[in-house]
Amino acid sequence: MRSFAAILRRDLMLAVRNQGEMLMVVGFFAIAATLFAFGVGPEANVQSRMSSGVVWTMALLAALLSLERMFALDFEDGTLDQLMLSGAEPAAVVLAKTLAHWLTTGVALLIAAPAVALSFQLPSQAYGALMLSLLLGTPTLSLLGAVGAALVLGSRRGGVLLSLLLLPLYSPVLIFGAAAVEGAILGIATTTPYAVLGGLLILALTLCPWAGAVALRHAVE
Amino acid sequence: MHKFANPTFFMKIANAVFPWAAGLSVLCFIVGLPIALVTSPPDYQQGETVRIMYVHVPAAWMGSMVYAVMAASSAVYLIWRHTVAHIIARASAPIGAMFTGLCLVTGMLWGEPMWGTWWVWDARLTSMLILFFLYLGYIALGDAFEDQERGDRAAALLALVGSVNLPIVHFSVEWWNTLHQSSILSMQGFSISTEMVVPLLLMVGAFQFYYVAVLVIRLRAELLAAKIRTARFNLAATG
Amino acid sequence: MDHVFAAAAFAGTDLSCRRGGRLVFAGLNFGINSGEALVLRGPNGSGKTTLLRLMAGLARKSSGVLTWDGADVHDDLPLHGSRLAFAGHLDAVKPALSVRENLAFWADVRGSSLTDIDKALKAFSLSHLADLPGRVLSAGQRHRVALARVAMNGAQLWLLDEPTNTLDDAALSALQGVLQRHLQNGGMVVMASHGDTLLPQAKTLDVRAFIAKARTADLESAA
Repeated sequence: MRSFAAILRRDLMLAVRNQGEMLMVVGFFAIAATLFAFGVGPEANVQSRMSSGVVWTMALLAALLSLERMFALDFEDGTLDQLMLSGAEPAAVVLAKTLAHWLTTGVALLIAAPAVALSFQLPSQAYGALMLSLLLGTPTLSLLGAVGAALVLGSRRGGVLLSLLLLPLYSPVLIFGAAAVEGAILGIATTTPYAVLGGLLILALTLCPWAGAVALRHAVE
Repeated sequence: MHKFANPTFFMKIANAVFPWAAGLSVLCFIVGLPIALVTSPPDYQQGETVRIMYVHVPAAWMGSMVYAVMAASSAVYLIWRHTVAHIIARASAPIGAMFTGLCLVTGMLWGEPMWGTWWVWDARLTSMLILFFLYLGYIALGDAFEDQERGDRAAALLALVGSVNLPIVHFSVEWWNTLHQSSILSMQGFSISTEMVVPLLLMVGAFQFYYVAVLVIRLRAELLAAKIRTARFNLAATG
Repeated sequence: MDHVFAAAAFAGTDLSCRRGGRLVFAGLNFGINSGEALVLRGPNGSGKTTLLRLMAGLARKSSGVLTWDGADVHDDLPLHGSRLAFAGHLDAVKPALSVRENLAFWADVRGSSLTDIDKALKAFSLSHLADLPGRVLSAGQRHRVALARVAMNGAQLWLLDEPTNTLDDAALSALQGVLQRHLQNGGMVVMASHGDTLLPQAKTLDVRAFIAKARTADLESAA
């Protein structure tokens, strides 16, 4: 617990000192959405029809962008070796770094999402659903991402490989996240997507720190 | 169990199995293909196109089964560190990917006459597509490291993560599909008559034995590659 | 910083380690008690680093046992980690954090006392650099920060990989003093080194002797 708090505090401090990275994630989110708008054309009802999917997909890609660095910097400068020897449970290390990742990028995406949604003419009744689904879904993205980031440590092609590994794993979160928003747009809102997103989060919380810990052990060996 | 972990002993069994598997596979193809493609009755709705099923369905089953084999051997490798288990997983991956790819291609060929389009986001096809991506990820991760063992272990862990994920993906796309059912026809509700069961089972058998035979060939190659690697390292260390 | 340690024994029996499909060393034995030092010798690439990482519980052994007071350390790797301090080729100094923040983080993670930071900074003449960010330090200064981390965290077993690299004469004698005091207090030191004699009383282990064994074992298994 003590080391969990220490790692979390340090990662947040590093994120505050390197604000550029957080801004980059939000910037990517906004730019990718803008490109999407160019791709589908300026017609308001077409954009409105796609808004839930676009916001969710772009948020997912933006989260992916920052994942590669989650363990890579600590791996390259020897910090990861030291963390594995600090007496802390490796799963606690994974969990602390995941929480730090979510607090820096996940929360930044949550803040940026309404603005992007607004530009895509998301109907006003769906903002609550958008925020709630992102709140439930993005921690799962960070948790799965932590496993992926730990797996590719030290590999020859980190970033592209990480996307290849994670995108299939991310598909259920995307399906239910976008469906929650879609349901709110069409006024047929059910609790199913939220229940599944919550279930996925609980499952990821129980399995990912453990799997990530195994992957970190492999990485330092 | 531990006896099978010895590569030499294991390969002795694998080599003994090989001629039987290869022979049975050829036999099943020789008997099954003419029945499936010529003599079996056409479907009263789909006509002759139903014959694609005799390749499509066994390929789909094999795609999933080989992944199950891969995940199980990966677990054995990670827990008991039996290299043979990992070599089985590693050798299975391209075969499984091939079956899954075959399933996707035949699914598209079947989709054109049935739905009038080459691709629909049908729940099963989408699940198979995600499975195909998982295979690609597994193969890419296994080859991404200078240190072979590191790649082996990362890939094994990924196979396990994927096996937890696959049922969730399957459930998700099923649900996703029912949500948008108006736009998409489903393959469900298609019933198989008894005359179709025999050629289907023969084709399944042919695919199964084909997998075993090709697996043995790939196992031989993997073990030889490992020997070459060790020999090269030792040569570098002496020189 | 001057922790006094109870008597303990750290030993390895019949250790071998495989990396990249090749045995690095085989049949290696060592033993070290409180107050003793062990120097690993051998040319570059002979497996000194691998052996140190194996002693730390980072690298995976292919065979053999590593024990602390008779108990297998692999039964509880986090516990083993908390008994030791490791300084490898990488200094684990974050460029965005100041020297003091870097050390405070490790004290925080391991639950060691913050007052030890000042003593450790002083021992390696880093006090005047304490508030500078890691990114402005030279390689030698960063390395001294890494050594200060080892000195302050209260671990009994120190594993140092070529600790004298990049150190000037003043830092060398500081390191020598810190090592001698650690040994007097019942600590243990294992360090990889080629040539220097920081610890004249240390036992030495030539890793080269176990490479030949590894090669024969490997050739036998390949045949």
